[in-house]
Amino acid sequence: MTLAYLLAGVTMVALNAYVLLGGADFGAGVWDLLARGPRAARQRAAIEQGIGPIWEANHVWVILVVVLLFTCFPPVYAHLSVALHIPISVMLVGIVLRGSAFTFRAYDSTKSPVQKYWGRIFSISSTITPIVLGVCVGSLVSGALALPVNASFAATYVMPWLTPFAFAVGFLTLAVFAFLAAVYLTVEVKEPELQEDFRRMALGAAVAVGVCAGAALFLGRASKLGVTEALLTRAWAVPFQLFTAATAITTIVALLRRRYSLARIAAGAQVSALMWGWAGAQFPALVPGVHTIESAAAPYITLKLVSIGLVGGALVLVPSLWYLFRVFKSDTMSAFERVDTVEYRIPKE
Amino acid sequence: MTDLLAARTQMALSLGFHIIFAVIGIGMPALMVLAERKWLKTGDPVWLDLAKRWSKGTAILFAVGAVSGTVLSFELGLLWPKFMEYAGPIIGMPFSLEGFAFFTEAIFLGIYLYGWTKLSPRAHWWSGVAVAVSGTVSGIFVVFANAWMNAPTGFEIVNGMPTNIDPIAAMLNPAAFHQTLHMTIAAFATTGIAVAGIHAWMLRKNPSDHFHRSALHIALLVAIPASLLQPLSGDISAKFVAKWQPAKLAAMEGQFETERGAPLRIGGIPNEATRETKYAIEIPKALSFLAFADLNSEVKGLDAFPEEDWPPVAITHFAFQIMIGLGSLMMLACLWVLFLWWRKREVSSSRPLLTFLALLTPAGFLAVEAGWIVTEVGRQPWIVYGFMRTKDALTPMPGLVVPLIGISLLYLFLGVVVVYLLHAQIFKTKPVTVEMRAP
Repeated sequence: MTLAYLLAGVTMVALNAYVLLGGADFGAGVWDLLARGPRAARQRAAIEQGIGPIWEANHVWVILVVVLLFTCFPPVYAHLSVALHIPISVMLVGIVLRGSAFTFRAYDSTKSPVQKYWGRIFSISSTITPIVLGVCVGSLVSGALALPVNASFAATYVMPWLTPFAFAVGFLTLAVFAFLAAVYLTVEVKEPELQEDFRRMALGAAVAVGVCAGAALFLGRASKLGVTEALLTRAWAVPFQLFTAATAITTIVALLRRRYSLARIAAGAQVSALMWGWAGAQFPALVPGVHTIESAAAPYITLKLVSIGLVGGALVLVPSLWYLFRVFKSDTMSAFERVDTVEYRIPKE
Repeated sequence: MTDLLAARTQMALSLGFHIIFAVIGIGMPALMVLAERKWLKTGDPVWLDLAKRWSKGTAILFAVGAVSGTVLSFELGLLWPKFMEYAGPIIGMPFSLEGFAFFTEAIFLGIYLYGWTKLSPRAHWWSGVAVAVSGTVSGIFVVFANAWMNAPTGFEIVNGMPTNIDPIAAMLNPAAFHQTLHMTIAAFATTGIAVAGIHAWMLRKNPSDHFHRSALHIALLVAIPASLLQPLSGDISAKFVAKWQPAKLAAMEGQFETERGAPLRIGGIPNEATRETKYAIEIPKALSFLAFADLNSEVKGLDAFPEEDWPPVAITHFAFQIMIGLGSLMMLACLWVLFLWWRKREVSSSRPLLTFLALLTPAGFLAVEAGWIVTEVGRQPWIVYGFMRTKDALTPMPGLVVPLIGISLLYLFLGVVVVYLLHAQIFKTKPVTVEMRAP
């Protein structure tokens, strides 16, 4: 059943991509909410410009995660859907409001005062959704989702995720998304003043990530969770901690010295390290105490066909994504290449 | 309200909401691409203006479609976890492929909407083509999965669980071809007629308006072939249902008794208690002919099935009648247009036709909704036809009326906003054409 492990890994890669790309779009909404001072309007404009063309594509990563989960590990998808019914429902409301309000704001040509409300709805739902997503992850890793038999409604559907640890992971997720967004924006904006703004935000968020991660670790140890013990005691624990620390320090130093491209790479690595630390600590359980990768895997034939489908899909997806980011983010990737788009421009509206 | 009814209502509402945007996501890119192609060929700025305006509307609708589709991918588990556990390994395949197709659509839509000044006109046009193709393919894959629920194949049941799974056979189930065909054509017919209707309405005020005449022309180019082909694909569907889901056909037709030479009923009110359909116009032997291509073939009535296996008869029958009626009107409008074109006359010269088209603006959407009600309600009480009952797939979570109310309010709000924004987009903004045509 090595294929099952491989596909669990692919699902995790997709989730990782969602956090790095889709997560940052949510984080941008957080900064929209917190935009203050004389440059608030310009900050919001930069945020809108940054995520406008790409947020829908970035959002699809989460659909890919869901689809892989119910195809390759159907009992896990079913189990999580039951145990986390309430937070997932709240998260969906957030996803719907975030996406539609953002588009409504961008396309409301009436320029009416209503537009301000779209901005508010966009930024508030951008803030709440990551917390709820993190709460889901937190309750999953804490091993509290065993679905007790004949227990009360609260004990089955509420208490497993209404814990300090789950909420610590929730705020960690929020901090991570905001952190990624601010770091990316330092590269994407060209005006020095705005760059300084986002640099300050990135540094603040970096501190928040550290505080939330520390709180989660502390709360996890206090309630003797398997996952935090594993993070501290497994064979790979020390190199993992060193790597995470190195990326975190690199990000902060790069931000302090205004080396924004480097900061972006280091921040991505740091967040990915956090996620794979979680994956490693939980491995091979998918729902701790209930399902492992092997016990939940779909029949071999399904896994085989999905793998073939993934290869075929990637052949379409990778060049398309490369093209998308080349068109809209090429100026931020000038270290790698330049695109010649000047000659054939359509006259502007 | 029972949890089962709440869950079914929520699912119906979520699907019914999403399908509108899904249909537009398939149909609109084709219109935009056609308009932009005309611009590339003729250089007449009216086509560019048209492509740009349509793309603005599409951007709003696509975003709502994307998020409401996300809701569905989670909702399947939130409401029917046992179904997903059962069916995931069998029909996950088309869902995964749909994931990639939708991904491609989202990527190229981003490029299309925001890339007007960043790409060469040719590259921009091709990105529009990529949106149109991947949108259509993505819809086809989703309908593959739904078709399997109607014609479950590619597995055996051992000890109550599916074994010997063959996902390819499941994907290419007997309902797959006709359902995907019928839905894809429906998407183009619906979008074409809706867009034609909006511009026809504007032309009633000013029949010589260059912009609206151009728009109407393109919309009709898409609407006419689709609307004329749809009855044929509907016939293929009906013959399938007659063979594979006779209880559904009986409900669609309000056919309570098994009989040879069964009549086709137009209208009528089925009564499950008295087991008769009253006030229908009956065309003798027509149902037998349409279902089995034989005037005297036997059509199974609902009496051939235990009542616990009956779908809700009245809803299925009414929905079917509405779909057929609206589809016929759409076909009629298209034939009318063809007649005028044959007589070398402009569509905008006929005020009654413009009025007719304008009235038909929502017709396709209503027909699509009605058609899905036939498919889904007609499959009840099964979620996987003949294998798993809907009630057995339900989540153990109690109080499902709460999320139902929540999602209803959310979608009501979104629906109102979308209508308001499109209204503002189409009717309130000044025509860009005028500025662009100025010397």
